[in-house]
Amino acid sequence: MPLDSSFEGRSYPPTPAYEVGREKIREFADALGDDNPAYRDPEAARALGHPDVIAPPTFPITFTWPANQQLIDDPELGLDFARAVHGDQKFAYRRPVRAGDRLRCTVVVEKIRAVAGNDMITTRTEVTDDTDAPVMTTWSTLVVRGESA
Amino acid sequence: MIAYQDAPVGTALPARTFRVTRADLVRYAGASGDFNPIHWSQRTATAVGLPDVIAHGMYTMGLAGRALTDWLGDPGAVVDFSVRFSRPVVVPDTDAGTEVEVTGVVKKALEDRQVLVELTATSAGVKVLGQARATVRLG
Repeated sequence: MPLDSSFEGRSYPPTPAYEVGREKIREFADALGDDNPAYRDPEAARALGHPDVIAPPTFPITFTWPANQQLIDDPELGLDFARAVHGDQKFAYRRPVRAGDRLRCTVVVEKIRAVAGNDMITTRTEVTDDTDAPVMTTWSTLVVRGESA
Repeated sequence: MIAYQDAPVGTALPARTFRVTRADLVRYAGASGDFNPIHWSQRTATAVGLPDVIAHGMYTMGLAGRALTDWLGDPGAVVDFSVRFSRPVVVPDTDAGTEVEVTGVVKKALEDRQVLVELTATSAGVKVLGQARATVRLG
């Protein structure tokens, strides 16, 4: 059964704050084999004008994807995650994510459409810091293969 | 940090080749929290119709990001970054694993010392990312 397009525009309450840690950033950069000092050395990050070590551009997926889980698990939507693949991903930054940030995610269902027998669902996640200032926005599309595919 | 005047349209980023093995995928799974077994279990991957274990799409995007930020110097200069996951990166259970090659070119000069960079990622001769592009602010 196709996904219910009336979910478009639905938003979920902000998630509890995710605290960005220096060691988590280092672990993530290590996993990408990335030795950029801006991810590891506060002095190197400050030399570039950042108050503390910053995170690699794709690091926010570590907390935005779990935030999207609210929607994936919503029984009303009935998304079969076993049939889903990650279709596309976008990040737009107001500023880099950095160690010490306490970030909340608000997930909005931006678009649901059927393409060639598959369902595509795009979410927008607004990320704010503990002063409620916007930090970044992410968009993720899941492609859910049709039953016959 | 690359200066705006030193990166006119047509400027190529240094081409990069990244080796990807199963061990890299296990490490990325732990660091990212994405433990989907299609990224480490051949049994699960083939059961859902994949040829073998595949890399996390976000891992491939991360490698493309690395090619971009290594060129930039300051990773904080990325304004936006987007990709489409067009084909999977298949990672066999061998010491050599596979390779992901990333190239990039400045496509457009924008206002405020920003440029649009188009990235290309291929593995085993197949384009694995589509519409991979980033806006970056140069010095």
